[in-house]
Amino acid sequence: MSAGAVGRAYPRLEGREKVTGTARYAVEYPTDGVTYGWVVPAAVVRGRITRVDTDEALASPGVLAVLHHGNAPRIAPGPQPELWLLQEPAVHYRGQFVAVVVATSLEAAREGARLVRIDYDTGSHSTVLTDDHPGLYKPEHVNPSYPTDTVEGDFDAGYAAAPVRVDATYRTPAYHNNPMEPHATTARWHDGRLLVHDSTQGAAPVQATLAELFELPRESVRVIAEHVGGGFGSKGYAKAAVVLAALAARHVDRPVKLALTRQQLFGPIGYRTPTIQRVRLAADADGRLTAVCHDAISQTSTIREFAEQTAVYTRSMYAAPHRRTTHRLVRLDVPTPFWMRAPGECPGAYALESAMDELAIAAGVDPVELRIRNDAAVDPDQGQPFTSRNLVACLREGAQRFGWAGRDPTPRARRDGRWLVGTGVAGSSYPARARPSSASVTARPDGSFLARIDATDIGTGARTALWQVAADALGVPPERVEIRIGDTDLPVAPLAGGSMGTASWSWAVVRACEALRGKLRAGAPPGTEVSAEADTTDEVGGQPERPRYAYGAQFVEVRVDADTGEVRVNRTLGVFAAGRVVNPTTARSQLIGGMTMGLSMALHEEGLLDERYGDWVNHDLATYHITGCADVESIEAYWLDERDDELNPAGVKGLGEIGIVGTAAAVANAVHHATGVRVRDLPIRLDKLVGLSGLA
Amino acid sequence: MRGGPENETTTDERHSSRVAFEVNGDRRELTLDNRTTLLDALREHLGLTGAKKGCDHGQCGSCTVLLDGRRAKSCLVFTVTVDGRSVLTVEGLAGPDDLSPMQAAFVAHDAFQCGYCTPGQLCSARGMLDEVARGWPSAVTEDLDSPPELTDAEIRERMAGNLCRCAAYPHIVAAIRETATAP
Repeated sequence: MSAGAVGRAYPRLEGREKVTGTARYAVEYPTDGVTYGWVVPAAVVRGRITRVDTDEALASPGVLAVLHHGNAPRIAPGPQPELWLLQEPAVHYRGQFVAVVVATSLEAAREGARLVRIDYDTGSHSTVLTDDHPGLYKPEHVNPSYPTDTVEGDFDAGYAAAPVRVDATYRTPAYHNNPMEPHATTARWHDGRLLVHDSTQGAAPVQATLAELFELPRESVRVIAEHVGGGFGSKGYAKAAVVLAALAARHVDRPVKLALTRQQLFGPIGYRTPTIQRVRLAADADGRLTAVCHDAISQTSTIREFAEQTAVYTRSMYAAPHRRTTHRLVRLDVPTPFWMRAPGECPGAYALESAMDELAIAAGVDPVELRIRNDAAVDPDQGQPFTSRNLVACLREGAQRFGWAGRDPTPRARRDGRWLVGTGVAGSSYPARARPSSASVTARPDGSFLARIDATDIGTGARTALWQVAADALGVPPERVEIRIGDTDLPVAPLAGGSMGTASWSWAVVRACEALRGKLRAGAPPGTEVSAEADTTDEVGGQPERPRYAYGAQFVEVRVDADTGEVRVNRTLGVFAAGRVVNPTTARSQLIGGMTMGLSMALHEEGLLDERYGDWVNHDLATYHITGCADVESIEAYWLDERDDELNPAGVKGLGEIGIVGTAAAVANAVHHATGVRVRDLPIRLDKLVGLSGLA
Repeated sequence: MRGGPENETTTDERHSSRVAFEVNGDRRELTLDNRTTLLDALREHLGLTGAKKGCDHGQCGSCTVLLDGRRAKSCLVFTVTVDGRSVLTVEGLAGPDDLSPMQAAFVAHDAFQCGYCTPGQLCSARGMLDEVARGWPSAVTEDLDSPPELTDAEIRERMAGNLCRCAAYPHIVAAIRETATAP
């Protein structure tokens, strides 16, 4: 690849559309004869619908239909039971979507939904995760396909023999993704074909799911996702909105726009499971780890197993001769948890990186130095060398940029008026993966090029990054390249998720560009278009198994009001090693976005479940708090110039998730340094710190 | 009436109103269901989908528009109440040829990622700068006797009603600062 566009800062290609309001999202396309769907959630936790009374709703002006299990079009059971909607009277969790009202206006649909009467037979329920729940079991594997437990050496003996030990249990609550654009779809049927505009992280998986559910050939379903208002994992696969919109559109034989309400996003579309994590660390007197154990408990639903890979982070992060990790799960009468930004790594790193801070204090070693001492030369889990591992370099550069040197480790030693001030550090890591993809590139007679790939830009900057990659691979200035993404009519590509979008898509784009250049070199008739396609299935599948990870180090300074316990974050600074950075502008945005979501996790976010009703009571943005503009005072992200030739042609590791990994631990560690109070159950609310001035 | 295609009428005449108001400089007249919010009138009746529906409860700020020059959450405004008033949406911020300085600064500073909150941020920022120019204090204004200074802390506080889950906040602040201090 020639030096050129990659590595240079470009504004987003769709920037103008986004600041002028002309970028169209899923329910913003002009649609003749459109109708509106409004979803009715179940009002009981576990039970069976005995009667649906639609009379009043249907009598309400503008209401065209009420779909429910008794009258909705039939669909095939797909791989995800939560998408088998309106097919059966059973209710598996509170909030399950059990009816859809279709009307000629939003107002009429909403009113109709209010008028639908549903009677249920109900049973007892269990909705609260505890570490002694009788339903705890060992899943066969954890998301996506990691072993459930791992054992190396003899943890118990190693732990018992060590001079320095930490044994602590950390808890994280349910977290709700809350992209700013709710899950939303416009669906229409024409001649047996289904066209949907969907708010999704991957048009191709949505197409596949709809084809399966509606028993259609894949080519009879077209999914368009040109602009997507965020996802953070929650739009990783087809979700309820697109299925319900397609059902409703078929039922009324008209186009249907259906957007979930903000309240309906808290549960049925997935969420990050609460976790209970016991971490035990043992070390010699110098803080060198001898034994590590991470036991994680999380929840899933009664209808599908989703096993968060919470302890997987610990398997490869720090070296130790004796290691054990376990995952246990409970099936509860709750919605199925799903991906949320760095599933597994994010909550797992909060526990391990907090425990490392506790170990640093117990061993009397600086927490940056402790992590450096425990760096792994080879992957502790697989025994193979990492393709690249620059954790130590991130720690050193971060410490230097942050001004860590000379830090007095004594808690409550720094004061600034009414504020107690402290600093904390944590490591970060996230796997660098790629999936097979295809792409095509066309050379036009006017000297311009068109790259086509069904990638999705959910705000990551993928559209712009792929455009830069294509330009370099073609050896032309990017101004001569046009790129089209977000449509299943384009060459098939994987979803935006797992920090593998750019790695996977750019791989196919580079190969397609190379193939095109080969064709052009061979000679093409003047005045004609020449196209080439590439499919990386064989190449990606044939790549040797190696541990591939991005790394980072995050530094945080907090101030805590000694009287009220209010926590403010003065500074957050991260240094990352994530392979080649294609576009510094969008890369920085991704990293600070992840770090800010980590601050949000540390201080603000908490799904509060009411056991009586089996549902989260704070299910809107007034009561489920996310970090706002006033909460972010200073946040900086840097990266090392890292070259790793064993990744993919563009040399990228992915940036979407690593920013959130470790941040919450860095905040909790800084709060401990400021106050002497170790908060092991997030979020760090002020009631956990109030009255510090009265503490001894 | 029993549902089905014959139940087309959204509402009867007793529950609808004729409303005339100005949108981005153009006079618009609509007969609307009285329940229609300004946000839904813009998006579903006028084809102006720039204002976004993030929560429909006034909690996220994505639907922010300028109503008679002041920022308002259009999901909390019934359209029947804006008769005779003037609405400015994100579609009205740019000139005929060029982006407004604030829009250009948002692009230059990458003050958004997914872009869904962006129209609300832009309208909010414009209204906010006007509030500062009028001398309105915020919760972090220390000196209430002098005109407020547009510090970063002031911008952050005054923009706190517009959530951005992608968390472009520092870039939003930078874009607003640059626009506000431009000669």
